Formats: sequence, C-alpha cells, structure tokens
Amino acid sequence: MMRVYQFTEQPYYPTWNDHAGSLRVNLLNRKCDPRIAADLFHRYYDEWQVADELGLDIMLNEHHQTATCMSSTVVVGLSVLSRITRTARLLVLGYPIGHRPDPLRAAEELSTIDVISRGRLDMGFIKGVPYEFPASNQNPVAVMDRFWEALDFIIKAMTTHDEIFNWEGEYFHYRQVNVWPRVWQEPHPPIWTTTGSTTQARILGGRGYVMATLGSGYNTRPLYDSYRRGYVAKWGRAPGPDRFAYLGLVAVANDKDEARKRGDLVAGYLRSSSVVHVPFRNPPGFLSPEDNARLMRGMTPPRSYTKDRRVIDMRSASVEDLVAAGILFCGTPDEVYAQLAGFCDYCGGMGNLLMMGHAGFLSHEQTVDNLTLFAREIYPRLKARKQPDAERIAAEAVAAEKPAASRAASVRAGDLVDATISAR
Amino acid sequence: MEWGDAMSLTMDAATPSLVVNGTRIDLIERGAGRPLLFLHAENGIEPALAAIEALAKGARVIAPTHPGYGRSELPKGMRTVDDLSYFYLDLFDQLDLRDVALVGVSLGAWLAAEIAVKSTQRLAKLVMANAVGIKVGDRETRDIVDVFALTEKEFIEIAYCDPAVGTRDYKALPDAEVLAAARAREATARFAWNPYFHNPRLKSRLHRIRIPTLLLWGTHDRMLSEPYGRAYAALIPGARFEPIERAGHFPHQEQPKAFAEKVLAFVEGKWP
Repeated sequence: MMRVYQFTEQPYYPTWNDHAGSLRVNLLNRKCDPRIAADLFHRYYDEWQVADELGLDIMLNEHHQTATCMSSTVVVGLSVLSRITRTARLLVLGYPIGHRPDPLRAAEELSTIDVISRGRLDMGFIKGVPYEFPASNQNPVAVMDRFWEALDFIIKAMTTHDEIFNWEGEYFHYRQVNVWPRVWQEPHPPIWTTTGSTTQARILGGRGYVMATLGSGYNTRPLYDSYRRGYVAKWGRAPGPDRFAYLGLVAVANDKDEARKRGDLVAGYLRSSSVVHVPFRNPPGFLSPEDNARLMRGMTPPRSYTKDRRVIDMRSASVEDLVAAGILFCGTPDEVYAQLAGFCDYCGGMGNLLMMGHAGFLSHEQTVDNLTLFAREIYPRLKARKQPDAERIAAEAVAAEKPAASRAASVRAGDLVDATISAR
Repeated sequence: MEWGDAMSLTMDAATPSLVVNGTRIDLIERGAGRPLLFLHAENGIEPALAAIEALAKGARVIAPTHPGYGRSELPKGMRTVDDLSYFYLDLFDQLDLRDVALVGVSLGAWLAAEIAVKSTQRLAKLVMANAVGIKVGDRETRDIVDVFALTEKEFIEIAYCDPAVGTRDYKALPDAEVLAAARAREATARFAWNPYFHNPRLKSRLHRIRIPTLLLWGTHDRMLSEPYGRAYAALIPGARFEPIERAGHFPHQEQPKAFAEKVLAFVEGKWP
C-alpha cells in the first residue's frame, strides 16, 4: 500500500534565468509580475484539482522571499484547496514553526483547515531551511528548542477541549488558550516532519510521527532504520510503512525521449534551489559548531550517492545520475514503477511518496499528462504491491544497532543536507 | 571524526578556568597591580591575546572567555547580553574585585555598558572600543551593517583597516582555534541576531554610568560609523571619545600597542 502526494513548490519560474546570482531572500520583488503570478497560482491549483480527481493526495509547502516558491503563507493554498478538492488528503510539509513567531496562530489556521476540509489535513512541521532565517529575522541559533516548544504547544492547543490553559514557556507565552474551531480529526491531524539526521530520526520514531526525507536517495535507509529503532524502543512493535515518506522527483511519459525531457525540466527544481546569496546558505547555529569547523577547514559534507555508492551532485547531475541516485524517478510507466518498487524495497518499506510531479518549466499540459499517466499506469500497481515485512525489517535494524558510543552524534548532523542542498 | 560527531574541546589544557554559578569558563590572568577586566569582542579571545599582553604591562589583566565562546560553557537559557552582564556581576562578586577598570571591545563593550548601567559599585573606570549595543538612527536606518549577510571575506574588508590582520587560514590553524571561531559565530548570533547587535532598552539607561568613561574608536571601522560612536559617547555623562588610527572595528587586534597605551593612560589617570 502506498499513498502518493502531488507536490509543486509553486515556482515563479519566469525569473529563473533572469537574476543576479540569488533566487532567494534578496531577489527584488520588482521581478515578480503579479499578473503572471496570478496565472501561475491558478494553474497550480488547477493541477492539484486534477490530482484530486485522479485519486492522488496533495502536498503544499511554503518558503519566503523567493522565486523558487511563491507560496509564502501555506495556509492560503490549503484554504483554496480545502474548498475546491474533494477527497485528496492535504499535507503541509512543512509549516515552518521554527521561524514563525506565533504557534497559536498556527494552531488556529490548521484547525480551521482541518474543519473546512472535513478532516483531510496532514500537518507537517519543520524548522525551516537556512535562508528563511535572514528573511524572518528569527534567531537560527537554538531553533530546534523553539521548534519543539511550538510543536508541544500546538498539540496541546488542538487536544484541549474542556479547559482554558496557560502556557508560559521559554519562547511562547499565552494565558487564555482555547482554539476555535476545534480540530475535525481526533485527537489531532496526523503529524509529519522531516529530517536528514539519524539522531533526530530516532527521536521521531519515539514520537511516532510520519518521517519524511527529501531527496535523500541511497542515504535513506540508515535514517529509516534509526527511526525504526526509536519506534520499537518506545512502542514495542515495528513502524508500518505509513510512518515513512520520501520526496522524489517524478517524470513519466509513454515516450522515452519525452520522459527524459520531462525529467530534465523537473530537475530544474534541484538546480534552482542552489541559487542563493552565499551568506544566506548557512546561518550561524544552523549547523553544529563542529560541523561548521569542518566546513571552514574545507571538508566536504555528505553528498548524494547512487545505489552503487558513486557520488553525484544533485544540483548539476544528469537525468541518468539522478535516477541512479534515487532522487528522480523517470521513464515510461513500466520503468518508473520498477524504479519506485526497487527504491521502496531498498528503504525496507515506504508508504508515502511525495511526488514532485511539477517543477520549473514543465508546462501545464506536460504536468497533467505526467500526473495522469502516473495515476493510471503506476499508482494502481504501487497500491497493490506488498511492502516488505515491517516486523522483520525493524528486527534487523534493532539487531544491527551500533553501540551507544558511536551514536554520539550531533542532533543537527542531518541539517548538513539542508544547508548544502543549496550550497555551492 | 564523522560529520555530526562532537569534537573534543582540547584547546589548551593549561589554560586556567573558573566556575561561576556552575558554569566553567576560561580565564586568563596576566600582570600585576590595579585589576583590569577585559571583555573580548565577538571574534573571541585569540585575536585579543596581543592586546592582553600589552595591557598586562600596566595592570593585573583578567580576561575571561565569554560563555559560549572558546571552550567556555554556556549556561542553560542564556541568550542575551543582558544575561551575560549578570554572569559577570556574579564573577565580580566571586573574585571580590574592587576598583576595576572595565574594558571591552565591540560586543564586549556592549557587555561592559550593560554591566555598568546595573552597578558601578566595583568599577573605577570604563573603556569601550568600537562599541555596539544601542540604536541611534530611525527604524529604517541600519546603524550596524548586517554582517550575517556578508561572506567572511566581505566582512573582513569592512571591519579591518588592514584585511590581512583579520584573515585566517582555517586549513592551517589548530582544530581548537577553528572550532573556537565556529563557536564564536554561533554565540554572537545567539546574543546579537535579534534585536540586531543592540538592546533597545540600553540607550535610556546609559545616564546611570557615572564613572570616568572613554570611548575608543578604530577610525577605519565600516561596520559601524564614527557618528554612531560619538552619539554613544554623548549618552554617557562626561564620556570622552578618542580615535585610534590605522585600525577598524577591532582596534585592540590591529593596534594592540596603541590600544593598550591609551587604555592604560586613561585608567591610570594620566590622560592629558
């Protein structure tokens, strides 16, 4: 069983070839023509409606001050889609509570979306990518402390129905909390988050949240196994594949050449992501001092690997290399099915594909065809396919655990992935 | 060492340390005579070592490494320069320091002002060099260049009179010094990211500093402007303003000898 969420960053791609070295934070908004932006928003909403009609689920996100993603307040897209879609689950991944100032507002917005959509919301919370911090002016140092306090607050706000509560924490203060409307899904909409760190993955397993990894390719299995260990330790059973999500780029066509062409256009996401003013790529505190010291010494952080451990750079790699690295799934329906099935087995089971089925210059017609082919030719086979035995996989992960001493890693190690996806 | 592993902080096991309220910090002591507490700038203690040696020719210099910098621990919950100022008030009490000359550079000068507005009971003189810490211009005027929007090379170009002085080859430095530089960047952001390098409350409290005060100013500082420094001095009763030539934002680092001479002359009351 697998669920598939259609995702686009809602890019303002007309500027992608017209900038002075930075698409994020400091690309002047003079470059944004609101008439073109309106057309694009409506187009992306149309495509999500198509996804809904095809039986796919939907994922939205937000970024700030950037032409890579026009969605600067994700609740707007969620609001529109709550109304115009019928059955799709609406995943926000993520709501960046690490740098948003007001978790009460977040709880109110998301509760409202859950109600309007009649219980279709999946809540993914993230701390935010590095370049959000210069834009929001939130302190990037100790952002995970803020993240956890905000998350704990939101959960309490959504699950408290019979009393008005007080919250005077380290970062947030409220004295009369009583969120209206109350959430549709009890006890609260499913919680998702992302990580690239094995230490963090273990913590997330203990919390039982859905854990998504983004473009982690053949670095994914250690993250999932770490989650499995944390989950088993806390819950005494294996996490099902529905606890895991993977964001991959998808380009399907009946014709091999057209598929490759689409793959190249969708990969524009990876290439545009890397275009950021250098000092905004790694704000202080985002990586541990130890990892920053390594970067200062000129050491290279972990990169993307193909299945046979060949290093690739996802920001400049060819379609073929991206496919070999499990970052892009591209080809005819049969080929893409085989790629996804193989990747799923590599993961030891993965129940939620976050499918970037549109990026950059992929046209409306190409996007609709991409989604339609996927939904008709690939999705039924993925749904019918048996996932690997979760109990066996988890038992193997627990048995293979290294002694605690060698696990003593920075909680933020995986942030290297965030910080360097866009570096260089 | 893998990515994500913590490095051990073994800078120099011989460096003396001090525990204040359960927090261990490094603390250098040099020289003899009148106590002079030196508060380092946001770039840490290493760039200040030459100035500390020069100051020690005329005073008993006590030079702590701030919590969160170098090898010094960071107490839980500490995140403002105001928090730091209470840490140092406790340190004064613990060491029973009296008639202290308090000397700080940049973020250290901001810290010195935060200490002095709370109590000058243990202080004799105050010296602040290229001080940050207050807001002078209107809300849309950036008093202090956004250094977090600059590359390190760009920062060095505006911060130093001679960029070579501030340039460090991290590949050639000892591990501990590179780690200290990384910790300094993080600690500085912790204390100065927002509000940016100032405490909006501080300006209205500066009148409480009623001890002889000197503002030194490296004239090639392009992170701060000289009018900012003069406005700062004007807010402290009787404060003097004195430029240091051929120096930028870190005059103690670029002109350690001239810096120490001016500080000691002021501290000893030999000021013309």
